[in-house]
Amino acid sequence: MKTLFFNGTIPESASAKKHSLAKSLSWKTCLLTLAASFAFSAAHAADSVNTTGLAVTDKTVKVGILHSATGTMAISETGSIQAEKLAIEQINAMGGVLGRKIEFIQEDGASDWPTFAEKSKKLLVNDKVAAVFGCWTSASRKAVLPVFEQYNGMLYYPTFYEGLEQSPNVIYTGQEATQQILAGIDWVTSAKGAKTFYLLGSDYIWPRTSNKIARKHIEMKGLKVVGEEYYPLGHTQFNSVINKIKLTKPDVIFASVVGGSNVAFYKQLKAAGIDMTKEKPLLLTISVTEDEVLGIGGENMQGAFASMKYFQSLTNDNNKKFVEAFKARWGKDVVIGDVTQAAYLGAWLWKAAVEKAGSFDIDKVRAASPGIELKTAPEGYVKVHPNHHLWSKTRIGHARPDGQYDVIFETKDLIEPNPFPKGYQ
Amino acid sequence: MFAEYSTSDLLSIFAMQGVAGLILFSVFVLMALGLAIIFGQMGVINMAHGEFMILGAYVTYLTSHVFSTYLPSLFSFYFILAMILAFIAAGALGALVEWAIIRHLYNRPLDTLLATWGLSLILQQTYRSIFGAREVGVTLPDWLMGSVHLSETIELPINGLFVMLLALGISTAVGILMYRSRWGIQVRAVVQNRPMAGAVGINTAKVDRITFALGCGIAGVAGSAFTMIGSTGPTSGQLYIVDTFLVVVFGGATSLLGTIASAFSISQAQSTMEFFMSGSMAKVLTLLFVVLILMLRPQGLFTLKVRR
Repeated sequence: MKTLFFNGTIPESASAKKHSLAKSLSWKTCLLTLAASFAFSAAHAADSVNTTGLAVTDKTVKVGILHSATGTMAISETGSIQAEKLAIEQINAMGGVLGRKIEFIQEDGASDWPTFAEKSKKLLVNDKVAAVFGCWTSASRKAVLPVFEQYNGMLYYPTFYEGLEQSPNVIYTGQEATQQILAGIDWVTSAKGAKTFYLLGSDYIWPRTSNKIARKHIEMKGLKVVGEEYYPLGHTQFNSVINKIKLTKPDVIFASVVGGSNVAFYKQLKAAGIDMTKEKPLLLTISVTEDEVLGIGGENMQGAFASMKYFQSLTNDNNKKFVEAFKARWGKDVVIGDVTQAAYLGAWLWKAAVEKAGSFDIDKVRAASPGIELKTAPEGYVKVHPNHHLWSKTRIGHARPDGQYDVIFETKDLIEPNPFPKGYQ
Repeated sequence: MFAEYSTSDLLSIFAMQGVAGLILFSVFVLMALGLAIIFGQMGVINMAHGEFMILGAYVTYLTSHVFSTYLPSLFSFYFILAMILAFIAAGALGALVEWAIIRHLYNRPLDTLLATWGLSLILQQTYRSIFGAREVGVTLPDWLMGSVHLSETIELPINGLFVMLLALGISTAVGILMYRSRWGIQVRAVVQNRPMAGAVGINTAKVDRITFALGCGIAGVAGSAFTMIGSTGPTSGQLYIVDTFLVVVFGGATSLLGTIASAFSISQAQSTMEFFMSGSMAKVLTLLFVVLILMLRPQGLFTLKVRR
């Protein structure tokens, strides 16, 4: 309503100037000036919801999508791009944000971290976008972080990640490590009576931090970690570690292998005669979503457990609608993983924050963000915590041969995000 | 570190570890043979080697699709046909590439390096455009899955055995081609002295084309076989390229026997160390060990003695 009021009025100084001009000039010039004054008032209408010069007009607002559409990470980031576009289209179909249609500018980070930083600067400085939905790996997020903080942008980051970060310029729509891991380990110890664990991951920050948290939690319960191993990204030969697993006979293999290594690991695990459908060893993963199963092959993944906040097979009404819309938009064979759903939340959380703030200004959106609720989230209900992460439930999925997970457990309450867990560092 | 395990456990694990080392050895041989032929015999550094492998993997993926849709009754045999098709497809593309690009760049090794690297980027993006950025899952026939159960703890993965047999077969075939066939004599003559080989009537251009195509074809077969143990995506070829170069350079570029010896020593070192320390450390030590030996012996393990 505020905007309508401003539409009709011309600011004091501008109108005064025009009156004095109109007296002395011909009617032609007068018309021109009138036209100009319309332009002025239009600009001012946008100004009232946008005092910092973002790319917002009466009809549109520009946002950025920044993911790798090429390079090695395109495998994972494609789903996020699709989800973000779908959310934007749906919001536009409902009338947009504050009456403005969302237009997106898509940039390609090309799986290269300096490129991410460069493109984010372009989006913020040249395009003046009101928000950016993007990044996938922690490395790309760390690369763009200084840019977002310097130029005061707003990033909606979808991936589950290691925590230990809380930027005023980022809303984290995926889970941080403790949300994902603690509930998973609690479940496997109480429901399956697991006593010994083998931690295995790719060699970079996320698996290492995750396993550090997992190890603390396991040891605090008085249980035992019988092995902890890291393999370089892209490693394709896992026979040695599989032998070590056979020797140490853990109850649970806790896996955070990522990327192409995943495929090699699960295929070789199966070939080595470790049958995950049997009781021991169980496999609990925090890195294999439905997206990854596509490459691994459902028959190689059957029987594994995954601990995440979202699975495509969730049966609530929000999710049914979401899956239907996603398939209608991107094809019936497409699968939706945890991160894809989190990416979908980004645009909706931003819309809710902008509408609560009544403004596109980054500072006002930031101030309005804590406490934002989303009752229409496919994963159920989420709420933004003052630390910019989401309250969410954690679920355990049991892998089926068709590449989907059966949800066999979910936490009773929403889990509070705790990016700086005390006692776990 | 082994005090808490029983002797029989340890024995069987060491047996398993030996098998793991042999599988890794076969994988290395398969990866490196094609590159060694091209690099060693022609002096061309083929940076697109990984992409030729992935071409083989995608051909396998397509074949498995065709069979599961049109000939489900013969599905269990598709893999053999897929490997032959992979060889033909990668070999044909190799011949085309040699004709279009490589033959203009002989005697300019740095330019072939750049050209083939560019080619690898083009191929990656082509795969991405055709098959999508996501990895594809190749469904294997049942007889290639699972393991041979020898005892409580000793299980031999069937796909590993298959890779071993394949590596043995292809190495033997290449060995016979190189050292027992007329074509092999021509190739070796061209390597030793190109102008002289031309002077005695060998069509060196044709020898080059066939050599390049053969190298690429073997890469295709390797890629096809690796769908059993690894991923198939547009950039999966990059996962193998470092190890491949390592094996070829360490072995001595011009010697096929060197390639095999180097594959054996690197794989055994790697898999033994992986067992006693973390995977990343094992990789670091393997690389260090290779660097040290190359400092002492820059020409690699085996070299061809030629009067220059």
